[in-house]
Amino acid sequence: MKPLRKLLDKMKPTFSKGGKLGAFHSTFDAFETFLFVPKTTTKVGSHIRDSIDLKRTMSVVILALVPALLFGMWNTGYQHFLSMGQEVTFWQNVWFGFLKMLPLIVVSYVVGLGIEFAFAQKRGHEVNEGFLVSGMLIPLIMPIDVPLWMVAIATAFAVIIGKEVFGGTGMNIFNPALLARAFVFFAYPSRISGDKVWIEGLSKGEGIIDGFSGATPLAIAGSGVGESAKSMGFDQFMDQLPSVQDLFMGFIPGSIGEVSKVAILLGAVILILTGIASWKIMVSGVVGVLATGLLLNWLAPDAAGESPNYYMMMPAYYHLLMGGFAFGIVFMATDPVSAAQTERGKWIYGLLIGVMVVIIRVFNPAYPEGTMLVILFANLMAPLIDYYVVEGNIKRRLKRVKKAVAKS
Amino acid sequence: MSNMIRLRKGLDIKLKGKAEKIFSKEKLADTYAVKPTDFPGLTAKLIVKVGDTVKAGSPLFIDKYHPEVQYVSPVSGTVSEIRRGDRRKLLEVVVTPDAERVYEKFETPNLTKVAREEILELTLKSGTFPFLVQRPYGIVANPKDTPRDIFISGFDTAPLAPDIDFALTGEGDSFQAGIDALRKLTNGKVYLSLPDHVSATSIMKKAKGVEIYTFKGSHPAGNVGVQINNIAPINKGEIIWTITPQNVVALGRLFLQGIYNMSRLIAVVGSEVKKATYVKAIPGAALSSFSEYFIPESNARYISGNVLTGTALDKDGHIGFYSNQLTVIPEGDHYEFLGWAKPFRTKKFSFSRSYFSWLTPNKEYKLDTNLNGGERTFVVTGSYEKVLPMDIYPVHLIKAILAEDIDKMEQLGIYEVIEEDIALCEFIDPSKNEMQKILRDGINLMIKEMS
Repeated sequence: MKPLRKLLDKMKPTFSKGGKLGAFHSTFDAFETFLFVPKTTTKVGSHIRDSIDLKRTMSVVILALVPALLFGMWNTGYQHFLSMGQEVTFWQNVWFGFLKMLPLIVVSYVVGLGIEFAFAQKRGHEVNEGFLVSGMLIPLIMPIDVPLWMVAIATAFAVIIGKEVFGGTGMNIFNPALLARAFVFFAYPSRISGDKVWIEGLSKGEGIIDGFSGATPLAIAGSGVGESAKSMGFDQFMDQLPSVQDLFMGFIPGSIGEVSKVAILLGAVILILTGIASWKIMVSGVVGVLATGLLLNWLAPDAAGESPNYYMMMPAYYHLLMGGFAFGIVFMATDPVSAAQTERGKWIYGLLIGVMVVIIRVFNPAYPEGTMLVILFANLMAPLIDYYVVEGNIKRRLKRVKKAVAKS
Repeated sequence: MSNMIRLRKGLDIKLKGKAEKIFSKEKLADTYAVKPTDFPGLTAKLIVKVGDTVKAGSPLFIDKYHPEVQYVSPVSGTVSEIRRGDRRKLLEVVVTPDAERVYEKFETPNLTKVAREEILELTLKSGTFPFLVQRPYGIVANPKDTPRDIFISGFDTAPLAPDIDFALTGEGDSFQAGIDALRKLTNGKVYLSLPDHVSATSIMKKAKGVEIYTFKGSHPAGNVGVQINNIAPINKGEIIWTITPQNVVALGRLFLQGIYNMSRLIAVVGSEVKKATYVKAIPGAALSSFSEYFIPESNARYISGNVLTGTALDKDGHIGFYSNQLTVIPEGDHYEFLGWAKPFRTKKFSFSRSYFSWLTPNKEYKLDTNLNGGERTFVVTGSYEKVLPMDIYPVHLIKAILAEDIDKMEQLGIYEVIEEDIALCEFIDPSKNEMQKILRDGINLMIKEMS
């Protein structure tokens, strides 16, 4: 790699302060440090440093996202051709999904990184790697049919309002990727809810076979409440939902990355084994869902009664398999910046997410899915949770003083 | 054993070049120096000129605000140079030694009868008082204070640290005399911490009049601050003195022989030394006096102390006052193509499991001084606490310091830590923050605000 190094060394003065293109110093630096670990040595403090840096940390997360990304590509094709009633090969599905997803990914990265670079330049900082993950997450939590310009606006909103106004990566309160989704959700609700948006081409409705609904499992589950429930039995309700196997494998419509629980589980294993994401948040989130689900099973009104609620009767583990919870708790809730930062706080934070996801899903008819809003809410609560955990530490210290004073 | 404390947090960094347990005789260095920079927060007032002759134990400079605290020459000879830095900051007082060492003679009191004031006076006069480092702040103690307790860590868990037990071989009497003197300086106890694998013949194990605690665990289990936190934590308003075992011996020599004799074993270690070994020497000795152990003309960093907390030395530098270790590691001023993306990087060590060094816990590494990344804001959470076996939130404390929030700093335990305690946090930090420097700045701010 000597020639490349030589080339960079030759370009460096141009991009350094005072050079012709000195204004693009951060941009050059970002590319240079991407290619080469810099030769900076320790000046103060510890003379040796761990070989981990943020580039490594972030690339592990991206690696963990790859299974969900690949499955999402295949499923995009699969769902599309299913709705058309066509049978195609595995590779045709993948190729179709790839062509649909590539523009989404490109738009998200170009817009997001462009803004990041500009801000880093303005502040004279090095470019933070945080957006490498956000930029991958944003397309994965969008419906496949979302217009590209919406992705661009949402990404810009998330990066500027969600991150840069707070001072950049590490200072933000909300998870930027979720903020992008929330932006689309509230600004263009028709493009991110209903039965049509989750499958490519379904909104246009050309060539769709008769009777194909495209409804997500969550939408189906939501129909098991009140009047519509009366007309069917619980067994019928359960039959309408996709099989556990389909839910687990991911042969269902939904946001691109969220469908396959196998792929997400693979990512979770990578994140937990490497210690990059907190297993405590994931475990307590799952516990929260199961506990709330079981509680609702117990509280559910009699199926034969006046107003049966099949959603409450549904087995608790279905909540783990449906919608975006699995993806959210593994990849979004564990974002170290916006999550609780103390270990005890992480247990509470995860639990809060798990409990609230189920409650919003079952009891709020306006939102079939609660994961996105719940995690954003938990992001907001995280500093408060941390505050009380740290306060506990402070109180222990004060107590010790009092004891010491009493003794003397 | 009742006084056994097991610490589950921490990290042992295993480096190449551990000292073999043999030692070579003392070799007279060309120059010796006492460096005010070894004593954080000290404002030194010089009391010698170039050309003055001094004995071992003659004062070179004093503390401007506590003039009774003297800093003395470790050898006899002639003051040959006063090195100053920016704004005439005093950096080093250099003494060229005589061939024959002449000691300043002090009267030795009977340790069983002597009063506290007499011991204090003798330690001040003889220049041994700076051995006593106080917590909070990790600065030289104030002779006007009476410490709650005195703590001694009988082992060092830092990378390539010397085996203290071996370093004290044959010093049993002096060590006990030092302990006896220390016992008079506090109304509380003298605590001595030992590792769980200490040999039965250890002279420290035989010490009398001390409260012995045994620690089991990885670095920083050997840090005195960690031990204090786990035995009897420091509270606001309390003062604790700490001293290293080798300085206890030097203190003991004062009371037995009436001389200031800093001679001790210094471990010369690291991947860039020919043969890692112990050398009998005096802190303050010129780096050049160890050159026979170095690989000539290597691009190396010479560190007085260990790789986590030590001070980098220039070619004409001198070993620090508190150092018992000289570490030589390669400089890391080279680029690495796509280094962060390489899946294995087997020659690199990481606490993180995103590399695979955790699979080979006993492998010894040759680590260089490369920063391995760029500086960022704090992003990851949870890993810092894993290498700090204290009831403290390090990142919250660091952020309180950055915000200069005095109350928060106090509440989050700034009295309980010094740089060495959070050095591992700095080591593992993927965002490469200068946590040790930030902490010292915070401590300095505390000292300023509290006085």
